[in-house]
Amino acid sequence: MCGIAGLIHKGKSANVGFEMTAMLQALKHRGPDSTGYAVYGEPVEGDYVMRLKVAEAEDMERGRGIHQVIADRITEVETILEEHGAKIKTKEAPREYSLRYVLTHSGDTGEMASHIEETEGVEILSMGNGLELIKDLGDASVVAEAYGLNDFNGTHGIGHTRMATESDVDIKSAHPYWAFPYNDVSVVHNGQITNYWIMRREMERKGHRFMSNCDSELLAVYTAHNLANGVSLEDSLRQSIQEIDGVFTYLVATKDQLGMAKDTMAAKPLVLYESDDLIAMASEEVAIRAILPQEIDTTDPYDEEVRVWQA
Amino acid sequence: MASVSDAELKNMTQEERVTALGMRTEQLTGKSLYVEFDPDAEERFTYPWAPDVDFNKRTEIDTDDMTNTEVNQAIRAKMAEGYGTIVLQNPRGKHSLGVGILSKLNLIIEGSTGYFGVGLIDGPNVRITGRVGWSCGENMMSGTVLVEKNAGSTFGAAMRGGDLVCRGSVGSRTGIDQKGGTIIVGGDVGALTGFMMQRGRMIICGNAGKNLGDSMYDGTIFVGGETKSYGVDAVEAELTDLDKAWLTRKLTQYGMMPDKGVDHFTKVVAGKMLWNYDNLEPNEKKLIL
Repeated sequence: MCGIAGLIHKGKSANVGFEMTAMLQALKHRGPDSTGYAVYGEPVEGDYVMRLKVAEAEDMERGRGIHQVIADRITEVETILEEHGAKIKTKEAPREYSLRYVLTHSGDTGEMASHIEETEGVEILSMGNGLELIKDLGDASVVAEAYGLNDFNGTHGIGHTRMATESDVDIKSAHPYWAFPYNDVSVVHNGQITNYWIMRREMERKGHRFMSNCDSELLAVYTAHNLANGVSLEDSLRQSIQEIDGVFTYLVATKDQLGMAKDTMAAKPLVLYESDDLIAMASEEVAIRAILPQEIDTTDPYDEEVRVWQA
Repeated sequence: MASVSDAELKNMTQEERVTALGMRTEQLTGKSLYVEFDPDAEERFTYPWAPDVDFNKRTEIDTDDMTNTEVNQAIRAKMAEGYGTIVLQNPRGKHSLGVGILSKLNLIIEGSTGYFGVGLIDGPNVRITGRVGWSCGENMMSGTVLVEKNAGSTFGAAMRGGDLVCRGSVGSRTGIDQKGGTIIVGGDVGALTGFMMQRGRMIICGNAGKNLGDSMYDGTIFVGGETKSYGVDAVEAELTDLDKAWLTRKLTQYGMMPDKGVDHFTKVVAGKMLWNYDNLEPNEKKLIL
């Protein structure tokens, strides 16, 4: 049982960081292990935001040596960035093991991302012109505080509170997943995928990388694969309902879109609120009410339902 | 029940009642706190320990800063004071509101509730002006629940009696495992509605999703609109005059009568092809063999 939430403002920016925090905090009881955000700011062409982790949160308790290891890994990452001709505009470290770079780059970011991940212990959480993907252990208020999310302005976002069932409580198994190496695409999921290994091997044969054993990562890889082959987001979501087995409700966000898909059994919940300027959805109504206290009309999407909204 | 009188039960705590009713001393063969009322009886329509409430005494509870447990405790406290009409304000999607009320009460919820709203009730009349989440009216025994907007999945799961009404549309698996009572939906229902239904009736004024009435044992489903597909062993039956009269009465009662009347409803029942029962329970069979 996990909690998922998403919202999209039509044609305007708002404090989505604060709104997502309120929604995810309301869903804390569905999963207190970790909290993740994928929020989208104003995209800047040519500027890439790269979020990465160079160690797991639990590594930090393994003695003094880890600090030197982290410093070495960061140096290695920055060397690779330089080799690829990427210029570091800004660099921040909200946590010692979690970094945020703004890069100017004109080449192939996919190849650069692959090279960076060759460094041991380094995982790129996200890359894109507008996407900021933040995930860490703890509830929404803890993560939002540590990463300064409460005053993040943007158009849309998705988020996740995780109750770890099939894999570990760590950052690499936390949601959202970035659709590596596809810029600006992220996925959150609530459910279980039962043909995970078959689908994973198929994706691995096609050359995709998996960083964790979490079944939700498959949805990110699957979406990335489809989008890279020119399939639209809506078609990818529709196709997934037929090709992926299990019970699931998942949300996908791109630079300017937000999509949802529900499995053939409608076994996992989602409540949807739609108005002219805001669309909000969450596993439980209580999350939507956290940002919209006034009387509103909400609905449950049905089985095999797919929706895509434009920012 | 015979060894303990109603007056004694009334003065006991819930803990003492459980012991007095034999739930801790004997094998639990069908025992529960549920009391079967005799249809011919002229008095004793309530549980002996039910609070004496007056519908004309009305109070409001602002639930905004309360947890769902605090709200449910507040409802009980107000009932003990004799309030018969209780209004819950600002529920904002809280879960499990108004569960387990086993006496008459006029409960009005001004807004929307989360999961398991007014489940396990036996007697109250509930009106919810907003939307309800999953499993509203789960296992309800009697009373009426009227939802003005939409409802989530598993609406009226395992319900045994009373009327559960939603003016809007509801999610999947509506009336799963229904064992009695009536579910009325003004709009559409999702997939697997009436799954494993055992008794009772369901009226769907709109369309039904796939696998309607899958593996139903018994009971009746009336559908006003289109059905995507029927489940295993769900078959259409003839809509009799008695059915039409009953539909007219029920739909008129809740002001949900469609403009074109009730003649267009399709009646769905169990084909009983999956029926394959022993007359004996497994432990009884062991005794005989």
